[in-house]
Amino acid sequence: MKAQRVIVMAKKDLKRLVREPASLFMLLLFPIILTAAFALAFGGIGASGQQNFSIGVVNIETTSAHPEWATRFIDNLTHTEGITVLDYTDNATGQADLLQGNLDAFIVIPIGFGDSCQSYWSSPFNGSTWTNTTIGLYVDSGSLIATSVIPPLVRQVVLITIFGNNALSLDIPVQVGSPALVAASTLSQWDFMAPGIFAFASMWIIMTVAQSMSADRDGGLLKRMATTPLSSSEYIISQVASNMTVAVLQVLLIFGTSYLIGYRPATDAAGIVFAFSIVLLFSLVSVGFGLITATLSKSPDVATGLSFIFIMPQMFLGTFIPLSGATQVAAAFVPSSYVTNALTTLFLRGAPVTTLSLWIDLLVIAVVGMAAVLLGVVLFGKNRRK
Amino acid sequence: MIRNLRTYPKAELRKSEQPAITISNLTKRFGTITAVDGLNLEVGWGEIFGLLGPNGAGKTTTVNILSTLLAPDEGHALVGGHDVVKEPKKVWDIIGLCPQQPAFYQFLTGRENIELFGQLHSMPKQLLKERTDFLLKKIGLEEDASRRAGQYSGGMVRRVSTIMALIHDPKVALLDEPTVAMDPVSRRAVWEFIRELRSQDKCVILTTHYMEEAAELCDRVGIIDQGKLIDLGPPKELVEKYGVVNLEDVFVQRTGRKLREVV
Repeated sequence: MKAQRVIVMAKKDLKRLVREPASLFMLLLFPIILTAAFALAFGGIGASGQQNFSIGVVNIETTSAHPEWATRFIDNLTHTEGITVLDYTDNATGQADLLQGNLDAFIVIPIGFGDSCQSYWSSPFNGSTWTNTTIGLYVDSGSLIATSVIPPLVRQVVLITIFGNNALSLDIPVQVGSPALVAASTLSQWDFMAPGIFAFASMWIIMTVAQSMSADRDGGLLKRMATTPLSSSEYIISQVASNMTVAVLQVLLIFGTSYLIGYRPATDAAGIVFAFSIVLLFSLVSVGFGLITATLSKSPDVATGLSFIFIMPQMFLGTFIPLSGATQVAAAFVPSSYVTNALTTLFLRGAPVTTLSLWIDLLVIAVVGMAAVLLGVVLFGKNRRK
Repeated sequence: MIRNLRTYPKAELRKSEQPAITISNLTKRFGTITAVDGLNLEVGWGEIFGLLGPNGAGKTTTVNILSTLLAPDEGHALVGGHDVVKEPKKVWDIIGLCPQQPAFYQFLTGRENIELFGQLHSMPKQLLKERTDFLLKKIGLEEDASRRAGQYSGGMVRRVSTIMALIHDPKVALLDEPTVAMDPVSRRAVWEFIRELRSQDKCVILTTHYMEEAAELCDRVGIIDQGKLIDLGPPKELVEKYGVVNLEDVFVQRTGRKLREVV
């Protein structure tokens, strides 16, 4: 085997990528657009990681002897970072806006709110004398983030209203929710989806490999090159080399795009290196599947269709789509699920690279990758001259 | 002008005293169809040999066997003394195939296509550049060499395809209808080019539908019909033998078909 032949063939494939708009879009622009679109749609990204909630407030306590408590509550809510307060004059209008998705939450300050706050300070250590009231809180159930984040935020504002900014340091009978829960609830849907995006972008290599090889065969180039000293293994290795180069670019682009729009995976430099490694190995799987698809296809068009046999199961069972029950079991047979699982462990759970499950995932991908490429080589060798 | 940058000395070519191509009882079947039927042939060094015949006669199948793309069912073929089945790697080193359907990368320029095939034959970089420049000029493509081949006309594609086959200076050139769709000027340029191969003692196997091309270029022609070699000889001798005006008349007389039926 001659390295020079592998290099010139790999260079030729990279020229195809740069010069054919469809290839360029599929392999480089598509991951950027996909990442940006998903991040913006599911992550609320674009505000430096800070969520902003629109909360409507109606104060129905019009006859209280202590109206200043309601005013103070609204002021504190207004000054809370990440919250935009909208005043309403009646309950019905606020509820309607919440239903229409114009609000993330709606708060009703009840009659007796001022008296209730005042009763605490009248007898701080005698709960039996307090006047109890309940703030009405309605949250958009369609927003996973709003339902998680807004209730503890409102409870915090109530405490600050009654006790001031040092509320958390006071020895009071009211307990503040666990900070861990608050931290967890700030994760967006994008944080759960991001690991799957890396696998999702890489699996399209299957289609490009299948298309380019079918086009080479359709155009008579495979036959023509079969009369030169270029061996089957040199041809395949050049395909692997060029597509792994593309995979590196894809990962860099996805990382870069994600980072620019605020995504910060919970891992360190070693974790990033591990992530690169497993995605690169996954590209080997994709090249192998692409080779197999190409040998089964009679034309580039057929290759495009057949490549979905490998892409669709991996997309639905091994990327960002939640799994449970039977789909969870089926995912064990899908290579992309191991990539997504490893990246989730790194990026979301913040596990160190020494975690055993990560290395098991890596091993599975490596074995499947080599097996797929070897099978592809065998099939390619048999079909090269046809 | 750079000429004959890498040629094989005649002494080296002839030292084995073997014919450039030896075909013995060659047979190839596709299902129930016998494409090549017991073909026997010898072609020498420094000879341009034309394979003529109607569509489906077995010309391209023969070329494909000689270029190792197909394995014969019976008989054997030697190229430069190397068996096409047992020693394909040695055959690849000495042949240059210009296929019937030009195969090239549309996204590469003409020059890049040519250089790619030179690199596949491990040509030294400087020699490859010099030879590419020389051949592009020779065949009238130097001004268009930097354009993508996908933008080329049919004739330009044919010319590039011919150079791709010959860039590594092969001893045996297998040219399967190399001048189809070429304008008369380009065709003449390719003819001149093929003649030079003969002067370098190369062996050229040429399949063509153009009888005037065969008459103009070929030292000998073999007329194949239904896989069998039905006549063989220099064009002039065949014309005299059958007492006709030209090679086209020989073709019609021997195959029973007019030329326009087969083109």
